[in-house]
Amino acid sequence: MKTAAKKIYIAFIILFLYAPIGTLMVLSFNASKTRAKWGGFTLKWYIDLFHNEEILRALLNTLLIAFFSALAATIIGTIASVAMNGMKRRTKSIMMGITNIPMLNAEIVTGISLMLLYISFGMKFGIGTILLSHITFNIPYVILSVMPRMKQFNPSTYEAALDLGASHTTAFFKIVLPDLFPGILSGFLMAFTMSLDDFIITHFTKGVGVDTLSTKIYTEVKKGIKPEMYALSTLIFVTVLILLILVNRSPDKKKS
Amino acid sequence: MSKELIHLDSISKSFDGQMILDELDLTIHENEFVTLLGPSGCGKTTTLRILGGFATPDTGKVIFDGKDITNVPPNKRPLNTVFQKYALFTHMTIAENIAFGLKIKKKSKQYINDKIHYALKLVNLDGYENRMPDSLSGGQQQRIAIARAIVNEPRLLLLDEPLGALDLKLRQEMQYELIRMKNELGITFVYVTHDQEEALTMSDTIVVMNQGYIQQIGSPEAIYNEPENAFVADFIGDSNIIPAIMVEDKLVDILGTRFACVDTGFGRNKPVDVVIRPEDVELVTPADGMMQGVVTHLIFKGVHYEMEVLAGGFEWLVHSTAMWPVGQAVGIRVDPFNIQIMNKPESEDEEAVAIDI
Repeated sequence: MKTAAKKIYIAFIILFLYAPIGTLMVLSFNASKTRAKWGGFTLKWYIDLFHNEEILRALLNTLLIAFFSALAATIIGTIASVAMNGMKRRTKSIMMGITNIPMLNAEIVTGISLMLLYISFGMKFGIGTILLSHITFNIPYVILSVMPRMKQFNPSTYEAALDLGASHTTAFFKIVLPDLFPGILSGFLMAFTMSLDDFIITHFTKGVGVDTLSTKIYTEVKKGIKPEMYALSTLIFVTVLILLILVNRSPDKKKS
Repeated sequence: MSKELIHLDSISKSFDGQMILDELDLTIHENEFVTLLGPSGCGKTTTLRILGGFATPDTGKVIFDGKDITNVPPNKRPLNTVFQKYALFTHMTIAENIAFGLKIKKKSKQYINDKIHYALKLVNLDGYENRMPDSLSGGQQQRIAIARAIVNEPRLLLLDEPLGALDLKLRQEMQYELIRMKNELGITFVYVTHDQEEALTMSDTIVVMNQGYIQQIGSPEAIYNEPENAFVADFIGDSNIIPAIMVEDKLVDILGTRFACVDTGFGRNKPVDVVIRPEDVELVTPADGMMQGVVTHLIFKGVHYEMEVLAGGFEWLVHSTAMWPVGQAVGIRVDPFNIQIMNKPESEDEEAVAIDI
């Protein structure tokens, strides 16, 4: 009885959490153009979606920005973690605080302040500014996933590598980096995901005519919701879901 | 004594204003098994790190085979280190771990394979090439750490409490293994430990350290039988350290009783400390004893009984295979050559500090 109650409770939670997304997914396969009735199963909206050049360009932008911003943030974040690990306890916790603040900061504040910054430097808005913004907000996520790995690192393995004749560079790339790799990978995937689904910051820092998927959907929706948008949203959801599963699994894989 | 290999020339080192080593001088000869022994914080690990190149002395020089290597980085030194917690590369196989140093030196594949094979044989872990470090026990990991160091044919091997994490039985086995390896390889070993039994078992020379100073250098026998001060006597094995007065050559007054001894040259009526090992205190009937006392404690230790005897106001620690019950009146006898006379510490630095081990 008790376990049954527990299961029902969980079922309700999941239902409320995922019902909206489920509805969206179902509608993306609905042949009827109105939301009110089911007109049979179709993949038409998906096909339409992949014939819509504007959306494809937005998709390409999104992926490029996600990939390169995640890559840059991973490199910067990893180097920062190594440096922060070498700091004294007090300085380290101050640095950790500073890097954590942007994550907690309201996105709209980050977005507007980045926009103002670019304007004051007279920068041209476009892919470049979006990329810079994404790198900025991604770095804390990388640090957050590399630091715990860094703390577990046994510094005498680094010394052992030096002792066996390795230069500092060799020791770093052959010993330190492979050891941090699970943290770095999950940091990268996390950054990729964050960049992929960001809307607010992108909205404020993109130029005219440049769109990522999220800003594209926003513009399209203003004109009236087309079923292609359901298909697109479904795809984004599934992609993010897969990435999140990868992020959560990657540290465990190394352990086993 | 064979050729001089390493000389530490008045090395000083402090961390955050705290003096760790104070003008330390030490010479290590070729093919010697030297143990740096002392309680934690005595500076033994710092000395090892200075030898390995992981720490730079504030003053003083490290001379290796006649050359000053004080500022040579660890990767350019002709020596290797076995670290306290093995420090194996967990993402590499055993073979890759052992090959690490050789690959950096760009040795041929054939040479590397031969060396891996030889090293694994030496540490009795034949056939472990493709295992991962995590799948090995502590003792096996330690052997791999040793193998990884010796394949580079260092002239000097530094070992930082390598057996500290192992259980007693394994530790004793590894002690014999290390002696065997050292004899087979003909490499100089510098070994750091706080375990006096380990030091006595393996070393040719023991360097007893405390608070950044060398207390005594000598063979295990000399350190055990003729400790130079109360710190050494107390740190190495159990002992009775008793304040006494050297009446004249070969005669010492211990707690009001005069004992014959063999030491000379301390002067007349000079306050000294005497060291008497518990196994050297003989218990006899009160009438036969030089001093009389009463047994206050008795513990069975396996090989012997450990007793405490109150005599002359001092609790004498006694090891004996014969048992004397608590409350029994006994006599104490000590052979003259079992009484070791030491000068009283002259400065605070020399003074024996409380040992918390």
